[in-house]
Amino acid sequence: MPAETEVPFREPAAKALRDPVLRANFRRAMDGLVAKRKAQFTDSKDLQELRDLSSAIRTRSLLRLPDLLEQLETSCTKNGIQVHWAETCEQGNALILDLLQAHGVTRMVKGKSMVSEEMHLNAFLEAHGIEALESDLGEYIIQLDGETPSHIIMPAIHKNKDQIARQFSQKIKDAAYTEDVDELTAMARKVLRQKFFEAQAGLSGVNFAVAETGTLCLVENEGNGRMSTHVPPLHIAVMGLEKVVPRLEEVAPLYAILTRSATGQAVSTYFNLISGPRGATEMDGPKEVHLVILDNGRSRMYSDPQLRATLRCIRCGACLNHCPVYTRVGGHAYQAVYPGPIGKILTPQMEGVGARHELIHGSSLCGACAEACPVEIPIPELLVRLRREATHPDPLSTVKGNGSGRTFGEDWAWRVWAAVTKRPALYRLAAWFSTRFGRALPASTPLLKGWTRDRTRPMPAPRSLSERIRSEGVPHD
Amino acid sequence: MTDARTAILARLRAATNPDPLPALDTAVMDRRHWAAAERAARLRKGMEAVHTEFLEATPSNWAAVVQGCCAREGFRNLLYGPNSEAGQALGGAWGLATTRLMPYDHPMETFKAELFSSVDAGFTSTVAGLAETGGLLLLPGPTEPRLLSLVPPVHLALLRASTIHDSFWSAVKALGWGRSLPANALLISGPSKTADIEQTLAYGVHGPKRLLVILVNDLN
Repeated sequence: MPAETEVPFREPAAKALRDPVLRANFRRAMDGLVAKRKAQFTDSKDLQELRDLSSAIRTRSLLRLPDLLEQLETSCTKNGIQVHWAETCEQGNALILDLLQAHGVTRMVKGKSMVSEEMHLNAFLEAHGIEALESDLGEYIIQLDGETPSHIIMPAIHKNKDQIARQFSQKIKDAAYTEDVDELTAMARKVLRQKFFEAQAGLSGVNFAVAETGTLCLVENEGNGRMSTHVPPLHIAVMGLEKVVPRLEEVAPLYAILTRSATGQAVSTYFNLISGPRGATEMDGPKEVHLVILDNGRSRMYSDPQLRATLRCIRCGACLNHCPVYTRVGGHAYQAVYPGPIGKILTPQMEGVGARHELIHGSSLCGACAEACPVEIPIPELLVRLRREATHPDPLSTVKGNGSGRTFGEDWAWRVWAAVTKRPALYRLAAWFSTRFGRALPASTPLLKGWTRDRTRPMPAPRSLSERIRSEGVPHD
Repeated sequence: MTDARTAILARLRAATNPDPLPALDTAVMDRRHWAAAERAARLRKGMEAVHTEFLEATPSNWAAVVQGCCAREGFRNLLYGPNSEAGQALGGAWGLATTRLMPYDHPMETFKAELFSSVDAGFTSTVAGLAETGGLLLLPGPTEPRLLSLVPPVHLALLRASTIHDSFWSAVKALGWGRSLPANALLISGPSKTADIEQTLAYGVHGPKRLLVILVNDLN
């Protein structure tokens, strides 16, 4: 199978490791988030019960996914929410552009939505002359600099206060330089209030969609989500197809564990349940609400019973906060919409395991992510599975890029290894050579070089174990 | 995009397996129980931790408490829903000359600029409170529009202690929200906030900068 264009992780990660400011920003933030989460889960039994319940709710929802999606569509339609389906990001973008153009929209505000990041919707709309303005403070900060989110919950966490202060004074009209967080926040409030006022459409994500009642649930603290979904006359919500749950009752545990896992809050400032556009007797609210359900590789993940667990994710970001790799290299090193452990299993499945070969190997498999995950996704196990998928071509595999991570060098190295270990005489000869001359090999020898670049050079013993046993015998005492 | 719909659902159906659904053990959710007075104290503690302010009132004096607050804060006006039960009571009792009571009974578009620039505070009722985490449940709608609790810089919310439930979980069940919901339902636990700059908490980013709860003690 031809190799896909590979996106590197090793090099950007190494670069991030050499940036002391970036490392300090992440260390501080991640330590803070880990401590806040811990403070919310003081009773480990309660936590485990809540995780088991949440995991079971997500698993049950996925087992009934096609039925629930149809039920959601029916309930939403009954409520006056128009439902659209998109197999790919391109389809989703085109669909949203059509909607906006049909309504003559040139200015749109956005609440935070990772799916819209996945679609690269902002760039697409800007190219078609539509302003797509992020209104979550973190998203607004990174949009000012043309950056992508470095964390799924805290998108501007890679920046510190001084950097944001400089940025605001340069990019916001008439803004004076200040490092006071309240003043910086007030500046953004002023700019964005005007944008909410003027916007002809608002776009949001969806945290949970309730099939029975046709309800879109949005979790937030700032109020920008409510502004985006209630002020403009048109509201478009985008969601990955895995977000649906059967009943509102099942949302309660998920919501409880989401805010605690994400930011260590017992509850968010707002939990907004949208079940329809402005009613006939209502004074405000959008006149139209549209829901775009996106696949983009999710149905492919769904078709594999083991990898399906990826879709249990409720996007809390706890795995990022607890990951020793993410904490050190930050989000941008991943060069992906979803960074961190969840990104390591999500991105390769969306883009191909060959294209993301370095990413699936950029983990020590320590398991901190799985331990923090509120819905018990076994991320390390799935990573190992993806590593295997990358190098073992299998005609029955449904994993994107299956077998395409296989390289000529690695392939031959394993063949030689297999040939040698299967032939005792050859194995003894190879062992004799490596014990006698291994030390003399220069560090620049191929294969060895890859190891010694970042690690201490391994030194072979002067004689192999089997040689020593033969000559010395095995002491029995 | 019916093609996309058909294709997506067909792929999902092809992969659906007949595994039994795992059981749901909700004991951890059902365990949260407090006595009525304790529920109010817990709610208050939870919400005060995120900068919500409380004003104590009785069933007979809450409208006066609202007026006292408006006078003290120097609000030029107070936006409210004149047709809600609480709105009618408030309108009937209003005698404060310094704060104009502004009815929100006409479409937002007819006074959008005024709403965004010159309303000092908004008043709403609530349908429930949540003891476990602190929080208010609201059902914005025709009589109390959605933007009432969002656009004005200060939100005054009327909460009766007898309507405080143990948790969001128990409230959803008790209120029957699971079966059907109006176009908008809402949980609010405090004034708008963000921690997007260096994890430093800042209040009043997009929604109200202050949330004042008029807690009516109607127990017994």
